[in-house]
Amino acid sequence: MSSTFLRYIAQRVVQCILVIFIGITITFLVPRFSPTDPVEAAVNRAMMMGQYSHPDAVRMMKEALTKMYGLDGTLGQQYIRFWKGLLSGDLGPSLSSFPKPVMSLIRTSLPWTAGLLLVSAIISWTVGNLLGCLAGYFGNQRWSQVIGMIAMALHPIPYYIMAFVLLVALAYVIPVFPIGGAVDIGLKPSLGWIYISSLLRHAFLPALSLVLIGVGGWFIGMRTLVTNVVAEDYVTYAKYAGVSDRTIMYQYVMKNALLPQITGLAMQIGLIFNGALITEYVFSYPGLGYLAYNAIFTGDYSLIMGVAIFSIVGVSLAVLLIDLAYPLFDPRVKYQ
Amino acid sequence: MRSLVRIIADLYRYDGRCRFGFTVILLIVIFALLSFISPYDPGYSYYAAPNMPPSRQHFFGTTSRGQDVFWLMTFAVRNSLTFGVTTALLSRIIAVFVGLTAGYKGGMVDRIMMVINDSFVVLPVLPLLILINFIMKGVMTLFRLAVIISLFGWPWDARLIRSQVLSLKEREFTFTSRFSGSRTSRVLLTEHLPFVMPIILSTTINNLLWAIGMEVTLAVLGLSNISIPTIGTTIYWANQHQALISGVWWWLAAPVGISVLLFIALYLLVVGLGEYLDPRTRLQRMKGVLSDERA
Repeated sequence: MSSTFLRYIAQRVVQCILVIFIGITITFLVPRFSPTDPVEAAVNRAMMMGQYSHPDAVRMMKEALTKMYGLDGTLGQQYIRFWKGLLSGDLGPSLSSFPKPVMSLIRTSLPWTAGLLLVSAIISWTVGNLLGCLAGYFGNQRWSQVIGMIAMALHPIPYYIMAFVLLVALAYVIPVFPIGGAVDIGLKPSLGWIYISSLLRHAFLPALSLVLIGVGGWFIGMRTLVTNVVAEDYVTYAKYAGVSDRTIMYQYVMKNALLPQITGLAMQIGLIFNGALITEYVFSYPGLGYLAYNAIFTGDYSLIMGVAIFSIVGVSLAVLLIDLAYPLFDPRVKYQ
Repeated sequence: MRSLVRIIADLYRYDGRCRFGFTVILLIVIFALLSFISPYDPGYSYYAAPNMPPSRQHFFGTTSRGQDVFWLMTFAVRNSLTFGVTTALLSRIIAVFVGLTAGYKGGMVDRIMMVINDSFVVLPVLPLLILINFIMKGVMTLFRLAVIISLFGWPWDARLIRSQVLSLKEREFTFTSRFSGSRTSRVLLTEHLPFVMPIILSTTINNLLWAIGMEVTLAVLGLSNISIPTIGTTIYWANQHQALISGVWWWLAAPVGISVLLFIALYLLVVGLGEYLDPRTRLQRMKGVLSDERA
């Protein structure tokens, strides 16, 4: 444990705390400085149901909502109360599935998002980097050009469009995959084949749409990195010394070229997370994205707040984890 | 400015991908410009028979609200492009300011700016935008959306610009300029800005792509101004009318197809430009040309 290593870790932790702080402060400030009032909006929504409400009842409803949303008192008081609530894990009740707390709704959907995100990120990162490394190392071969072209055509497509096209193609036109959900309705979680196969079948298209977009980016990045590393003197030297291509590629080239890609993964987790949210909405996959969509649809302000806050905390922690794992791959951080 | 034009001309000549990108984007811009001679107002509906498949009278068919998809799309693409360009330009102002200042000032200013910059890089933008747009739902205009999205679209590019300035400020001409008494702002704007211009161009295209994609995402969730036709809101209305289930596929195919073309074209431009700007790949390309000549 050298001092540079400790400083590295301290820096990352501070950065992580700062991201959470900035993000949460934005979520705090937005509703308070917006030209519209969430309380007013919720009341209007309730009035639109068509029932006659007594003015006193409306006033009481407004007061109750103001209190529930934490919008009473001065800005400073609100801010402190906001953080207190967060740190004790209390995000208030959800309006659309009252009186269920927002926390419990998030807790049930978080594993789905985390699973989808984790699996697709790992697959696309590994596949993209492996292919990119091969393509960069062996130069301009036919197959690497073909993959490069496909990658360039798929990578820029927005997550929503990709997910939507896959849904139409493989669930409507050729119905091989289910159009939505996470498992067949009525199945109880178990370790049996029926449950797992249903799980995989439902997760396939959402994961595929994330992977198809992800692979391209990693592939293109890695190919450029490897072509640059291959031009270095030490690689030429190893070649003249008779080291086999395999060893050079995996031991010498890939190891060096992977480092920026690990940092890249940390920086892009947020983007991939955005993609996962919108993909879930398209496939009605019961994660945070689907929860957010339902919250928009039902006008559930506190639930949207909860999803935003949890996304910020979750993504920042994921970034911190990758950053902390980085020294395992780059010994320079440890021994400088 | 003239060098910028030359870069674009070079790219068009030597890079097949860029040529493809340029051509497609030009076609899409022409398509968008057609909106000025549209026979129909995009706000009107039921002026044509609803749910008609593509025909000679209606090239892309008609919607379930009796609108001509072809002419509707000309407005949608125009609005989406305008929106993307506005967002990209607005976020460029922040990116250039942060990048130039942090890179040139260095020290504490740089460190503080970069810590904030990195926080914005990692922040998951979509949930925040969903929150903001949900709260401002009734008062959202396309311009307001552009301002909001541009507030989140700068950090990647600021970092890139900063890294360029870091190397520029160690060059001879920077010292010459500074010792002859130029103010910081003058050094930055007249000496360094021209050098980072190509990178700004490349990040602008990238940002444009991102912004248009973000608008599609938010509009699909019903969080944009759904009364203005854009690529995103067209998809939103098609979904609202269950276009897929009722078999009105052309209503969805038009926006999806055009946006896919647009995204690929823009991306090819970014990639081509990126390779052109990277001195290492440039060197390799020159080597390739040389060895070809020898053979």
